[in-house]
Formats: sequence, C-alpha cells, structure tokens
Amino acid sequence: MPASWNRLPRVRHRRLIEWQDRTAPLPDAGVPLLARGNGRSHGDACLNDGGTLLLTRGMDRLIAFDRGTGIVDCEAGILLGDLLRWSLPQGWMLPVVPGTQRITVGGAVANDVHGRNHPVAGSFGRHVLDLDLLRSSGGHLRTSSAEYADLFAATIGGLGLTGLITRVRLQMIPVNNDLMLTKGIRFRHLDAFWEINDGLGREWPYTVARIDGVARGRSLGRGWFLAGRHAPPQPAGTHLPRWRDQSRRMPFDMPSALVNRYTVRAVNALYYRAASLRGRHLQHYQSHLFPLDGLRDWNRIYGRRGFYRYQCVLAREQARDGIRILLKRIAASGQGSSLAVVKTFGDLPSPGLLSFPRPGVTLALNFANRGSRTLRLFSDLDDIVSAAGGALYPGQDVRMSVTMFRRGFPQWERFASLVDPAFSSSFWRRMNP
Amino acid sequence: MSAALRRIVIFGATSRIATEAARLWLARGVALVVVARNPERLRMLTDDLGIRAGGLAEVDAVAADLADLETLPALWHSLTERFPDLDGVLIAHGSLPDQARCEAVPAAMLQEIRVNALSAMSLLTLIANDFEARHRGVIGVIGSIAGDRGRRGNYVYGAAKGMLALFLQGLRNRLHGSGVTVITLKPGFVITPMTQDSDRDGWLWTRPERVARGIVRAFDRRRDVVYLPWFWRPMLWAIRLIPEPVFKRLSL
Repeated sequence: MPASWNRLPRVRHRRLIEWQDRTAPLPDAGVPLLARGNGRSHGDACLNDGGTLLLTRGMDRLIAFDRGTGIVDCEAGILLGDLLRWSLPQGWMLPVVPGTQRITVGGAVANDVHGRNHPVAGSFGRHVLDLDLLRSSGGHLRTSSAEYADLFAATIGGLGLTGLITRVRLQMIPVNNDLMLTKGIRFRHLDAFWEINDGLGREWPYTVARIDGVARGRSLGRGWFLAGRHAPPQPAGTHLPRWRDQSRRMPFDMPSALVNRYTVRAVNALYYRAASLRGRHLQHYQSHLFPLDGLRDWNRIYGRRGFYRYQCVLAREQARDGIRILLKRIAASGQGSSLAVVKTFGDLPSPGLLSFPRPGVTLALNFANRGSRTLRLFSDLDDIVSAAGGALYPGQDVRMSVTMFRRGFPQWERFASLVDPAFSSSFWRRMNP
Repeated sequence: MSAALRRIVIFGATSRIATEAARLWLARGVALVVVARNPERLRMLTDDLGIRAGGLAEVDAVAADLADLETLPALWHSLTERFPDLDGVLIAHGSLPDQARCEAVPAAMLQEIRVNALSAMSLLTLIANDFEARHRGVIGVIGSIAGDRGRRGNYVYGAAKGMLALFLQGLRNRLHGSGVTVITLKPGFVITPMTQDSDRDGWLWTRPERVARGIVRAFDRRRDVVYLPWFWRPMLWAIRLIPEPVFKRLSL
C-alpha cells in the first residue's frame, strides 16, 4: 500500500486507481478521493486512510511546448526530472525546483514548493499560468488568476483537496546550458551565518545552508553555505562537467536497532557529496540541486519505523533569535539529525491560500522515529515556532495541532469553503476533527 | 550492440510499458509508428512524443482495433506501404482478464485468448514473412511470467501468454540465420493500470520505466528470451521445477 516518504503514519486505502486519462470523469466515490503523485510528502497530506487514491504518475504527457517563449503545457503526473531532461537541452529550466526532482508537477503545485532561489523567484505557484481542475461538481475547470481565481488560489498549495489537478501550464526560464556555477562557504557559528546570508545578494540566486544540528556552545550553528547560479555560455571545446546517472538504491530497510546517531549521520554524509567547498567551479545542475536523488530509497536508512521531518518558517523579525533557540533545544535533545537545512524566504508573495513560503527563514530537520520522546521534543519546538510568529509545513507534517495549523494559515476558513466535498486526506481530517 | 534500428512500430502503444519504451527510443532518434485502439488517447500520446522528439525524430500514429483479426493483414500491408523502412516491431497490446468471468463464460475466455495470443500471432505471421524476405528486423513481443506455468489465479491469461511464448520459440527457430531477431519479453509484476486492483506491495513489483529500459536493452542486444527484471528468470526456473503433484496443492 502506498505510504508517505517518511513512512509515517501507516494507513490503509480502500482503493487505488491508476489515473491515465486527463479527460476521464471522476469515479463515483462513496469514500473520499485524493490525488497522489510520486508520494514524496513527508507526511499524511498524500495519504487518505480508508479512502481512494488517484495515482497520477501515468498521466504524464506533454501537451504543448513553445520553444520561443518557454511555456510548457503538461499533464500533472509528469516528474520534474522528466521535464528537465528534455527542456534543458532546448535551453529552458524550471523556474523553481525543490531538493528532489522526483516529484510530480501536480505535487509541486499542490504543495506550492519552494527552491533555493526563493528570494528571486518566489514559490512554484507563481510560475503557473493556468491549471485544469477536475471537480466532483462542475467537471473540468480551467483556472488561473483571471478565471476561477478563488479556486486557483486555493489549489496552489491546496494539498490536492480542491479537486484533481489534471493539467498545468508553466512559464520556464531561459538558461545557457545545464551547468551551474557554484561555491561553498563555511561558517563557524550562527552570527557568521547571518553575515554571509545577508551578503550573498542577487549574484547567487540559489543559496541554501546546512547547519550542524549537534554542535553546541560556541560552535552552535556552524555549517556551510552552498551558492549557485546558472552558468554563462561556455566556450566551445572546453571540457565540461557531464552528468552520468550513478544513483544507487538503498537495497533494504535499516534494522530499527541500527537506526542510531551513526546511521543518521551517514544520511547526512550524503549531503556532503554536494558540499564541495572548492571556490567557484562548474557543476552539472543535477549534482548541485539534487544531491539526495543520488541514493534512491534513502528513506529506508531510517528503518521501518520511519522518520519525522520538522519544517518550520519563522517571521523575519524573530528569525535570528528563533533559529538560535530552536538549534539549542535540538542540540540539547541529542535527537537531531546532525544537519539542518536553513533557507531565507524573500518577499515575493506566494499565490496560494495555504502556501507555506512567506517572508522569513525556514528550518528543516529529519528525526528518526523514537516515539514519544521525539514527539515531546516537537511540542517544545512548536512553542518556539509559535512565539516567533511561525508556521509548520503541512506537506511535511504528521502531527501538528489544529491550533498550530489555524494560526499558521490564517486563510484556512476561506480555503475550507473551496475544498471539493468529494476529496479529503488524512491530513485534512486531522485538521478538521 | 548491433546496428541501430531506423523505424519501430509499436502495437498497443498507449500501454504504460510501451509508452515508456517509445520515449526511450525517441530520445535516441529512432522513428516510431504508434498503433492503438483509442484515437483520443493515441492523439495525446503522439502529442507527447512529438514534443519530446523536438523535431529530431518522426512519430506517426495509426488507430486500429487489434482484436479485430480479419483487419490485421490490411493493417500490416498499409504499414509496410507507408513505411518501407520499418525494421523493428514491438507487440505490446493485451489485457488482464477477469479470471472469474473467464471461468464462467466460454466466450469471455475466448475473447481473452484472442486479445492476448491470437492477435499477436496473426500479426507475427505477417511480420515474420516480411522481415524474413528482407533478411533483417527485430521483433519483440511482450509475454508474461504468467505464461511459464498455469496457476489457479490467472490461467486463462497464462494460457494465452504461454501459447504466445511457444509460438515465438518456434518462430525464432524458423528465422534463425535469416537475420531476423525474435525476442520474447517476460515482465513480472508491473505497476500499471492493468494491475491496479492487486495489492502491489513489496520488492517484486516493478515500475513500467524499468521494464521499458529492459525492453530497449533487449532490442539492442538482440536477445532471445528476457525476464524483466532479471530476477524472475531464476524464480520461474524454480517454480517450473516443482512437481505437479505438489504444485497443484499450492496457491502461489
């Protein structure tokens, strides 16, 4: 049965339907429906306990592409990686990519995902020109900021609850080649982090920092920055980095007894593969932007009990203090994955009613599932996040409280009025007990 | 790797596995002719393939009902007229029968045999003669591991695929030395619409992309019989070794 990427919680679905035909009508459900793309959510937003899942991976055709303008029209089940493979040789790149390319376009819309270039590009939803929504009443609707604007805004970041997204039209951005100019910068404590963060500016649109979640005291918040930008045209005849898929598969579930700080550190070592700290150099986009895609099924490293991903965003004014307190608390717990991902969100507004990206700073960590100990830590973290005017990421959540959700997403009531009554998810039922 | 193929015709091209194989061939610049029953789905597929090809490879589409056996000679004739450089064929159409209905209604059972075996065998008869006369070509046919041994759960499908496998074995024997390759492709459990009502848990289940990569590789290497993925070969070998008095008691 399908699970979420973090393998928590375990649920049973009544029925799975392979959805191939974007023109087909919805089934007579009886039980709630939910679309599922590639199942990379770290939480129950992609699960529908006791309900029906519409599996959209087979609905992955390209519909139209204008090589002059970079506008692509595609079905919602296509993977970002699949799009990039043919669009980049033609000089077009997706404007926003998250840390994995193994998600569907529909999933990227439904979670309004963000990338390392958030300050200059905003969230994924900003680049959606229009999308088709299959509703239980009303059939296929073409929605955009001009037509059915309320449904459009609800669908971006709407966790698949407003109907089935069948088709998405996107604006891509022009690039010279499939290479990126990158650099890594080490920082020894949190203050240095902020200094570099403020100084990188627009010259490096893609930035992300990894922070050692175990370091304490004077080293609290040590880590490194990865900065990147699309490479300029390369002179003919030069030796350029090429991409060869050398990905490996994690072949078994790590036995739970072995899921400990050492194995978790091994996961983090994967991140290091991308963390080449040489000065400026050329890298293929795949190795720069998607380092974790190099180990397929890496979630099995956390064993059958699964893991939690804790991702929050703090309001900008409170971010410096908030991040410090969060890291302290995590380091003191001894439970943290030893790497945290920290990323600044810019001012460009996210178009969705439930969009997660907002001006501020986001922090994300993985935690092996150690039961109530881990959950107790999270409730402490929640308090810190709330005090810093923050919110948790619904697409990465299995346990936030209803209060936390409503406080973090003040438009939830308007959103709820636009949810398709035939659709639901485990997450949504949890938020509406 | 033998000489690259120029133009491949795919029967049942809108199936998941065939679609993925088409995309892989297209990415290498192989021209394609895609054949399927549903004109609307065929059009969606050719739009997709056309954009992926980006003008670098030709894609043509022909709508045809392959279960209508009488029309197949005319269909094949028109294909060879239109595309004299055809040198590859992938036969991928089929259906997963409702076994319970096939046990109850002979006509339903026969219809499944028609779709899963007789249709492909009719096409193969035409194709084989054509390719044999031209001393070249690669013919790949999607069978199934279900054709390796009859089981209670799907023996109608298994019988059809088993008949197909025997037919291909004979054809391969006949065409040996003629320059024509005949490949029997035997996928195991694949995550496609055909199997959506199964409980598709565990490592035995494979995504269609992986099966498609195996098909393309088998064409490259001019293989005879290919299990997809490879691990089904030793498993089926073991299953075939179980003595019938024992096997009949099992519910595998």
